[in-house]
Amino acid sequence: MRMTRRQFLSLAGGVTVAGTIPVVTLRPLKATPAMLNTAIRNLVGEVPIRTGKVKLDIPPLVENGNTVPMTVSVASAMTADDYVKSIHVFNEKNPQPNIGNFYLNPSSGRAQVSTRIRLADTQKVVAIARLSDDSFWQVAADIVVTLAACTEEVN
Amino acid sequence: MAALINVPSKAKRGDIIEIRTLTSHIMETGFRRTMDGALVPRDIITSFTCRYNGTEIFRADLFPAIAANPYLSFFTIAKESGKLEFEWIGDNGYSSRASASITVE
Repeated sequence: MRMTRRQFLSLAGGVTVAGTIPVVTLRPLKATPAMLNTAIRNLVGEVPIRTGKVKLDIPPLVENGNTVPMTVSVASAMTADDYVKSIHVFNEKNPQPNIGNFYLNPSSGRAQVSTRIRLADTQKVVAIARLSDDSFWQVAADIVVTLAACTEEVN
Repeated sequence: MAALINVPSKAKRGDIIEIRTLTSHIMETGFRRTMDGALVPRDIITSFTCRYNGTEIFRADLFPAIAANPYLSFFTIAKESGKLEFEWIGDNGYSSRASASITVE
């Protein structure tokens, strides 16, 4: 039987779809919102976290979770007695709740950090800034991820 | 290992300058499995430090959620001419260094 190009492509597509199913079922336990809260509490203790000052630039829709550009900036004068001590980034559903901790000081001049992160699922990313007066400020962003990172199979 | 450092070669005293770094590293998460179900061991960079004429100006703790070939961008105030040193430390005794010089007028 001769196969048309259309038949071949639909068959190939079917094989690809079938091949990806085990990846989904084999995925290990993810971090949960509870783990996110624990990780945040480990950092801040019982101090209340206020919303504001922090800005999280991250695309709302991500095609590939393996490399997601992210910029965190904090509105701060960055003077010797009013500066950002550290910026902490957390996620909700990767295998681990931490993404990165960044330590700044008054000579940073501007409280802004950029990097590229991995996201295993559609989820919330939280950025928390610790200021020099030990107050904590946070912002959260929801990101839709179409191709997950971190837990895929190695070929 | 190969690292790309982007630091302005010249700056005015007091300017806020951006420093961008990129280093090559697999950043294996430790959560991936091979086809036969074996866990691939974690191999990531865990710490990055930048020193400006010996003084630490920026430090970062990295986790498996940082993408492969870690890129970091941050800022500092150009205070004096000299050297910026970068150090990456990771699993399995990984250590890598790079440096860049800056002229401050």
